[in-house]
Amino acid sequence: MLIKRSTAIKPSEITSEANFLNRRSFLHTASLAGSGLLLGSGCTQADTPADPPFEGRLMGENTTGLELNSLSDIMSYNNFYEFGLSKGDPAKYAGAFKPRPWTVEIAGEAEVTGTFDYGDIVGPHPIQERIYRFRCVEAWSMVIPWNGIPLRDLLRRFKPTSRARYVAFETVYRPSEMPGQRSRVLDFPYLEALTIEEAMHPLTLLVTGLYGIDLPNQNGAPLRLIVPWKYGFKSIKSIVRISFTATMPPTTWSLAGPSEYGFYANVNPEVDHPRWSQARERVIGSGLFSKKQPTLMFNGYAEQVAGLYQGLDLTRNF
Amino acid sequence: MLSLHTIHRVWIPVGFIICLLPMVWILLQIFAVGGLGLSPNPIEEIQDWLGIWGLRLIMMTLTVTPFRWLIRQHWPVRFRRMLGRFAFTYCLAHFLTYVVLDQSFDWSAIIEDITERPYMTIGFAALVLMVPLAITSSHSWRRKLGRRWQILHRLIYVAGIAGCWHFYWQVKKDVTEPLIYIAILTVLLGARVVHQLYARTPTASKERG
Repeated sequence: MLIKRSTAIKPSEITSEANFLNRRSFLHTASLAGSGLLLGSGCTQADTPADPPFEGRLMGENTTGLELNSLSDIMSYNNFYEFGLSKGDPAKYAGAFKPRPWTVEIAGEAEVTGTFDYGDIVGPHPIQERIYRFRCVEAWSMVIPWNGIPLRDLLRRFKPTSRARYVAFETVYRPSEMPGQRSRVLDFPYLEALTIEEAMHPLTLLVTGLYGIDLPNQNGAPLRLIVPWKYGFKSIKSIVRISFTATMPPTTWSLAGPSEYGFYANVNPEVDHPRWSQARERVIGSGLFSKKQPTLMFNGYAEQVAGLYQGLDLTRNF
Repeated sequence: MLSLHTIHRVWIPVGFIICLLPMVWILLQIFAVGGLGLSPNPIEEIQDWLGIWGLRLIMMTLTVTPFRWLIRQHWPVRFRRMLGRFAFTYCLAHFLTYVVLDQSFDWSAIIEDITERPYMTIGFAALVLMVPLAITSSHSWRRKLGRRWQILHRLIYVAGIAGCWHFYWQVKKDVTEPLIYIAILTVLLGARVVHQLYARTPTASKERG
């Protein structure tokens, strides 16, 4: 069921499976180029594999009215501390990471649990394209055409019980391929979680690719979450475990900085980060002389998600 | 031994050019000269570059005097004024990048930032403290102010502390780099304390500070 407003997902943003399959062979070739084997090639940020000739392909039309970021920007400006702390580090150091073979463990309060192959996880679902705003807690933003499946479609297959109030996610722990995990800047492996209502919301996407290519390593290959109305750190990358829990699970950034990063992390221009304002954001790719743009409540998805938080004090529950 | 003549005609100009290099580098990046380019967040990159070099130049300015004591020669002092002025220039450029590129002259947002975000308050304070130092940096001002010049210019210690603090508070999570600067600053200021307490030679007592 699709919601009827301009900021919502339009039918045109969701390509039919037939159209998607037609692009398969092109995408396969592109994904080899696009996923990037960067190790040892001496690549700098200006030299990402997204440079010409390949610039990304949309499945459908962009009718959101939002200007898309280039594939080059999306693949070269990343917060992924598992590969290093600078924005350019993931592109530089993620080349050695192997996103296949990949398994995801499903656990907790559900009738169906176990360990599943990437193919078993993603296979039964047609891939959709979703053009979403992405807002980092650091006050920069992008617009990205994600490819993936609604998380709820996946989760329903495992039949969570009534005791499942939360869904917890875990990133892979592989310091041999993720040099940043050898540092103690964060408590790896990275953990994140949503309430069951947030996880089952139609906007929440389990992402397998972007711009028509397989998810690049630096963007969270091979499976990541996108929760577009929350700050980017909620959108956990390289997921290996999904569990249904009865109590609120720990989340890495709120453990690292409880006064600065909360469980909900809803984009909210009225609730500042303790050290900086959240009222405006720097639009990546907008150029040297562009102004910051005002941040929207729930990152512009208020109509679709505000109902989840009725009665919740958003200043205290940041 | 370096002659005064060589210092002023050769080494100070060389030093001047070296101090300009970070500025030249970022300009080359901005104008994409020779395939160089900025990150997808160019404003942040420019601002950070200018800020870190401003802080580094403050550190270099503070290194002059302890270095001079170490080698027991006077010539390093000849570079201190230039280093200090460059430190101010880079810090001012860092602030102007913030005002012009980051905030697009939005004065109410700027004032709110400076008054409500502690890391910005302290950063702005560091810059403001350096203004009288830049203004009175010349020989004629030194003569005019005499003994008071020496006291006024100790504000660079406060500016250095405020600058390191600004850096520390601004970092999102990994405080390693700011802590390194704080450690260096501690050594540079500590050297002055040690010198004050323990140096007994006539030269030392004349050259206090």
